[in-house]
Amino acid sequence: MHFISPVLWQFLIKWLTHFAIFPPEASSIAPYADALYFFLVLISAVGLGAVGFLVFYFSIRYRKDLNPEATQIEGSTLLEATWTIIPLILFMICFVWGALLYFRIYSPPTNAMNIYVVGKQWMWKVEHPGGQHEINALHIPINRPIQITLISQDVFHSFSIPAFRVKREAIPGRYNTEWFEATQVGTYHLFCTQYCGTLHSQMIGEVVAMTPEDYEAWAAGSTSGNSLAQNGERLFASLGCNSCHNSGPNAHGPNLGKIYGSHLQLKDGSFTTVDDAFLRDTILNPTMHEVAGYAPIMPTYQGQVSEEGLIDLVEYIRQLDSQYRIEQTIDNSAAQPIQTGATPPGTSAPVLAPGTVKQ
Amino acid sequence: MDSHTLAAQTAETGHIEHGADHPPFLRHHFENVPQQREAATFGMWLFLLTEIMFFGGLFCSYLIFRNWYYPAFVAGSHTLHIWAGTLNTTLLIVSSFTMAMGVHAAETRMRKALMGWIIATLILGCGFLCVKAYEWHDEWVEHHVPGLNFSPEGFLHGTKDYPDDKLPLDMAEKTQVYFSLYFAMTGMHALHMVIGVSLLTILLIQVYGGKYVNGHVAPIENFGLYWHFVDIVWIFLFPLLYLISRHQ
Amino acid sequence: MSTILTLPDQATARLPKVSYLNKEYGLKSWLLTGDHKRIAMLYLISITFFFFIGAAMAALIRMELLTPPSDLLAADTYNKVFTAHGIIMVFFFLVPSVPATIGNFCIPIMVGAKDLAFPKINLLSWYLYIAAGIMMICVLTFGGVDTGWTFTTPLSTHYLNTNVVSAGLAVFLAGFSSIFTGLNFIVTIHRMRAPGMTWFRLPLFVWSHYAASLLMILGTPVLAITLVLVVLERTIGIGVFDPTKGGDPLLFQHLFWFYSHPAVYIMILPGMGVISEVISTFSRKRVFGYTAVAFSSVAIAVFGFFVWAHHMFVMGISNYSALVFSLLTMLVAVPSAIKIFNWSATLYKGSITFETPMLYAFGFLGLFTIGGLTGVFLGSLGMDIHLTETYFIVAHFHFVMVGGMLMAYLSGVHFWWPKMTGRMYPEGISKLAAVITFVGFVLTFFPQFILGYLGMPRRYAAYPPEFQVLNVFSSAGASVLGVGYLLPLLYLTWSLKYGKIAGPNPWQATGLEWQIQSPPLTENFAETPIVTHEAYDYEWLESRKGSEVPTVG
Repeated sequence: MHFISPVLWQFLIKWLTHFAIFPPEASSIAPYADALYFFLVLISAVGLGAVGFLVFYFSIRYRKDLNPEATQIEGSTLLEATWTIIPLILFMICFVWGALLYFRIYSPPTNAMNIYVVGKQWMWKVEHPGGQHEINALHIPINRPIQITLISQDVFHSFSIPAFRVKREAIPGRYNTEWFEATQVGTYHLFCTQYCGTLHSQMIGEVVAMTPEDYEAWAAGSTSGNSLAQNGERLFASLGCNSCHNSGPNAHGPNLGKIYGSHLQLKDGSFTTVDDAFLRDTILNPTMHEVAGYAPIMPTYQGQVSEEGLIDLVEYIRQLDSQYRIEQTIDNSAAQPIQTGATPPGTSAPVLAPGTVKQ
Repeated sequence: MDSHTLAAQTAETGHIEHGADHPPFLRHHFENVPQQREAATFGMWLFLLTEIMFFGGLFCSYLIFRNWYYPAFVAGSHTLHIWAGTLNTTLLIVSSFTMAMGVHAAETRMRKALMGWIIATLILGCGFLCVKAYEWHDEWVEHHVPGLNFSPEGFLHGTKDYPDDKLPLDMAEKTQVYFSLYFAMTGMHALHMVIGVSLLTILLIQVYGGKYVNGHVAPIENFGLYWHFVDIVWIFLFPLLYLISRHQ
Repeated sequence: MSTILTLPDQATARLPKVSYLNKEYGLKSWLLTGDHKRIAMLYLISITFFFFIGAAMAALIRMELLTPPSDLLAADTYNKVFTAHGIIMVFFFLVPSVPATIGNFCIPIMVGAKDLAFPKINLLSWYLYIAAGIMMICVLTFGGVDTGWTFTTPLSTHYLNTNVVSAGLAVFLAGFSSIFTGLNFIVTIHRMRAPGMTWFRLPLFVWSHYAASLLMILGTPVLAITLVLVVLERTIGIGVFDPTKGGDPLLFQHLFWFYSHPAVYIMILPGMGVISEVISTFSRKRVFGYTAVAFSSVAIAVFGFFVWAHHMFVMGISNYSALVFSLLTMLVAVPSAIKIFNWSATLYKGSITFETPMLYAFGFLGLFTIGGLTGVFLGSLGMDIHLTETYFIVAHFHFVMVGGMLMAYLSGVHFWWPKMTGRMYPEGISKLAAVITFVGFVLTFFPQFILGYLGMPRRYAAYPPEFQVLNVFSSAGASVLGVGYLLPLLYLTWSLKYGKIAGPNPWQATGLEWQIQSPPLTENFAETPIVTHEAYDYEWLESRKGSEVPTVG
């Protein structure tokens, strides 16, 4: 509907939000969702109107005073077919329209900026790829697709931004994704909508949509110094991943350069696309994803890496354009221990790298 | 409705007045004995349908996780004692036979035979429970009880019979899911056995007091249905838990 | 093909000397009864009790939500209160409401039987319900439970320190109570019909209970095993749902909703049966398209089993299963639409009067239509993403469950009250109560649709201040609604002693239950009835008017 007459649409939305009975429409998807909503409201009104009209009209016209004699009618196949088929058609329209919207909301564009979110009782931990960490807040640039990769480290949570009309559950043990593109500068509600225990209603935050310039300034001012990929690189080295995943001629593990997004053949002959969820699960449950051509010797890292550490690793592997970086890592870690106390392989220093879990 | 169809209806639903010769066990709200018997049997079948859905949830979970964690399920299955499973299967099948003979004895109004068959069924049922208890004890000793004393240690190095069962740690941990389902399924089945044995004991006492050999066999028949159902559940559990991965 | 039926003058009606109410006296004669009518009365009393506990919880919720911060109730108390509201209203009121009271009372009489097939199991079902209820009361007394009625894992299994196990077992027991009720109904409907009572002569009330009973016996055991697994996971720590042990919490969601979605049809189908009876009776006309209404009940039951995953669209189920479940959800909406239009068409050329049950039925038509149509919003995939887990969901299922089912329940209670007690309720004040209930309901729950689209999440003890206005409307409506529910409790109790004598058939309805004395004999019928007419055959009723009713004691 907004694509028919943007001006009228703006007028309608302004009018509705003025009375505080309509949420702000702040993402590129929101007008599509609202269009479907108005359509559904319309058919509901028509349906309710039809039933209301029949009931009221018949009640008045055929009340006992006016119609003391009831006329017995069996039924009418034609009429019944009519009110079977018309609702069916309307519901099918809702189905198709809803499905299209669903795929629009849940299929991120390939150029989206990836932000990781970890839910825990009762806070949202946001990790930007540039190393900005936030709690219960999410700063984003407008007019740029943002993909949220969600996971929970305890119970079910749900990451909901009503102004963007998006929501997805954060589930323990697996990545879920959602994406949006903010269109208006502003501060919006961020809710946890899946009941998650005592302080469920405190698991709220704000989404700050900024102009790209403001965002750049914010990002530069609040970075922790190391990008996620840099943390991941350090973790990669300290866990000893590079002893197998190097590009050497006798490497025991697959080459990780450019592996993200590629199609990988597994031992059982099936193919899988390497995405965040696959990488995370392979680190924890390597036996369940044995890659063709390699011996299943990778140990599990279950219980050794925190969710944040896994995010660092995934982000690191995601950004590996070639094996070159890994070789660099080997050199670096062998040459000089990196500043924040990461443990180079081979040493038995008790200091834990960030992202590892003390056992 | 014309009289012809009404008569057909009457014959079909069995609402024929029998006059005053109602046997004492005919409950007041039934028209006649066949109606009472049909209702009882139909009710029992519906209850078994409920039971199928009850176990269905477990079987469904089993199939999903078996598909996911195949090596863990194979290795978990290898630790069970096949002789115990086979013995238990035999016990239950024989007990189904004795129960069927018991129903037959009730139908032919032979009180002594009925008591004999019930006692035989009871003994076989208790035998099953004893073997099951032995197995559970064994699994406790082996540290295979999830949540209480589970340890994946036994699955990391292979066993004498299955030297190939060397699971990596992550897969060895997944044997917990196998044993969770194993204990849930055999536990629920054993609970049904315990209920069955208790009901059977009550029936035995009632038969001793002279009931169910006067033509009123519906309780014995329906208990028989229940007993066969519990047996059939085991007939599914045995291959799924013990046999299906024997040679892998 | 036209009929004139006038309501009888009740001045001449007398209470029968012997009825199921006065055949035996004493507490024992009630607590050990096998009589389906007495068990229905026991259920009526206990369900009313639990309804008002649940309603008190609702009152607390609405009072807390008057202001944005969690000031009246602390967050953990609020969580316990809405959990108690959910569990009690779903498992202790809505599921047994119409089936266990009105269904229990009427189904044997409607099919022409002396009792349900298994009177002892019927009594056992009530005792299971009471045991579960007492357990639930104990749970509430000793610290409560705060899982939400959905028992979501791993929250319920690993992260809460409340009485999850005993609450789970209480629901387990209540589930078996409902299985036994359903089993009894199916066997009775199959095996105990009177001569001449063919399937297509059954009142639609019986059809809808048959469909609901199918759901009860096939769905409830899945809930039972799911709760057993939750309890085992919480007590000894097995790992079927626990992701840290390799289990899958989504499996819990699948198993739970495999019951709990059909459960909403368990709740609404019997209500639809009531509406069929009431609308037909007060328009003196057979239900338009009997077969379509009967089969739409069965269709709802069948489709109802294959839509459960629409509760999980945002949980990360695969896109293709989301498509299938959305499509099936749209299909299950169609039989409900058919019913609504058939009921409306029943009014056409009727001779309509507006007694209280009819007013409640009109309320049902309006509110259930809204509830059903907003269900289409939620079944529509892309819309569900924004609306699920918000107050839109809350409003939607309250429109269906309270606006639909509770209206139908009150309609049924008023409709069959003369049959159950032999006395009429006071017509004037009950009409007022029906109107108050309708107005209070709309005022309570309509603002919640708007709140939902604004994005206010459900189960929040505290909320952002801009949502306050609509919440105040909602709480104001809830207090009106409370009056609407208290009134029937008062005047129905009053009418037990002071109500006018009803006589056997005050509404001139056609069902077999109206052809016998009110209140009925313990055996229902003096002699087995032989059925020669269709359901809702008002010409047959007119033709036998004047001739002495043979089965009145």
